Amino acid sequence: MSDPFKGIEPMVYQSKINVPYSWWAGDTASKFYITLRDEKIILGTKCETCNKVFLPPRKVCPSCFTENREWVTLADEGTVLSFTVARRRFAAIPNNKKVPVIWGLIKLDGADTAMLHYLDEIKPENVTIGMRVKAVFSEVRQGTIRDISHFKPVQ
Amino acid sequence: MDRTAVIGVGMTKIEKNKVRETFADMMWEAVNKALDDAGMTIDDIDNVVTTSSDFWDGRTISCMAVGDASGAAHKNVSCVEGDGAYGAFYGMTRSLSGSYKTTLVTGHSKGSQSVSSLITNSAFDPIYERGLGMDMITACAMQASSYMHRTKATPEQLAMVSVKNHGNALKNPLAQLPMKITVRDVLESEMIADPLHKLDCSPISDGCAAVIIAHESVAAKFKQKPVWIKGVSICADSFFFGDRDLSRARSLTEAARKAYAMAGIKDPKKEIDFVELYDAFTYQELMWLEEMGLVDDAMAGKLLEKGEFDMDGRLPVNASGGLLSGHPVIAAGLYSMAAVVRQIRGDAGGFQVKNAKTGLVHGLNGLGGQSHCVFILDKDK
Ligand SMILES: [Zn+2]
Repeated sequence: MSDPFKGIEPMVYQSKINVPYSWWAGDTASKFYITLRDEKIILGTKCETCNKVFLPPRKVCPSCFTENREWVTLADEGTVLSFTVARRRFAAIPNNKKVPVIWGLIKLDGADTAMLHYLDEIKPENVTIGMRVKAVFSEVRQGTIRDISHFKPVQ
Repeated sequence: MDRTAVIGVGMTKIEKNKVRETFADMMWEAVNKALDDAGMTIDDIDNVVTTSSDFWDGRTISCMAVGDASGAAHKNVSCVEGDGAYGAFYGMTRSLSGSYKTTLVTGHSKGSQSVSSLITNSAFDPIYERGLGMDMITACAMQASSYMHRTKATPEQLAMVSVKNHGNALKNPLAQLPMKITVRDVLESEMIADPLHKLDCSPISDGCAAVIIAHESVAAKFKQKPVWIKGVSICADSFFFGDRDLSRARSLTEAARKAYAMAGIKDPKKEIDFVELYDAFTYQELMWLEEMGLVDDAMAGKLLEKGEFDMDGRLPVNASGGLLSGHPVIAAGLYSMAAVVRQIRGDAGGFQVKNAKTGLVHGLNGLGGQSHCVFILDKDK
């Protein structure tokens, strides 16, 4: 069969999917974000059956399918369970973050699960698994995960 | 329980950019190849399961874009969103249902048409996690750090996975990135997200694959040697990224255990002859092998160094070149399944392994393998 594209540039149709979307945060995340924004306090939810504290807080225990009824105030310090450093400007990285960006998986004292956030005020090569870090809250807080600016090493 | 068999497979070549083809064009090619392979016509197909992802396809109800080209007109067609292995699971259950005897299962995607960082960022929880800007690469890099910390697997061992699989791809004409490279090439390639270098990561790819799954009552009716599905299981872990011990894949261990039990396998280390698994990143090959119980804990790197997973090794892993050599998301699990089917039939050509009687196919969904699917395929019923 002859090549239908011989001498022709294949046509490419340029387009975009860009649909505004609002996520209703629900009562659990609302309480978490309001407390974070107004009091600089990080809350988790607790399953009384499993005796486990979840961060990010959610309404249903992922292990036993019961409702997490209790709220627990967590420390603003914790341990780095893992981390990575973006060396390239990946498209998903927010515009106001400079590469290299360091993300950590951080288990706050008092929580049984870990949360994702940024690590900063440290060079990428000095980050280690097991290091202790502390939350730095943003000056301007708007009820988002970035009301925590980042975590920094505990001195 | 009734049995099913894979009786036909068809795949397009995996390419960086199929700029000459639409989704339907790729589908037309893969489906016709599968029908030819099986010695069937579209009239012999009772029903169709397509596998796709709306975000990757840039539209909703993405299955509708390939319905015509998959011969679904006037048939019962349904869509699975996720890896192709999950589509094959659903297709198998339809062939077991009593309503249908033959099911055509397809999977397609084109990474080239979109921006994978933005698409995979959308897999994170929108309220708590997405705004931090992680994606599949950075999520898996974090998992790699965690795995290497626990097992002491080295960057050199990870690099050897890349060397092996790109080398295997030299024998597979459908692979996108056949390459003769060295450990040094991998370690000197760009550091993308610590600890993953560019050559630790699978490429952006386009491709489409199709398999035909038949009930045992009709499996021998057509031209191809049936390859029997002896065991299968899917297991999911917690959704939130930080709920899991990232250095482990509890749901994979469970899925493998159930699939072995269904297949009557007592000692997978001895009874599984070869594996095609989801090596989107180098560390994953080592980690999944351990978590499936095919090698001892934290030993995969050392066994790899000894050549055990080479094409002519004790347990060939990703003899096709794996996903490191071409990674059409969604279609991936069906490419792996097709590779195992061809091995068992003795049709794998240049990447044929010896004594390919019992093979394992592994597919996954989610960031760092939130959910896993394991198939055991066998020459014997
Ligand atoms: Zn519970």
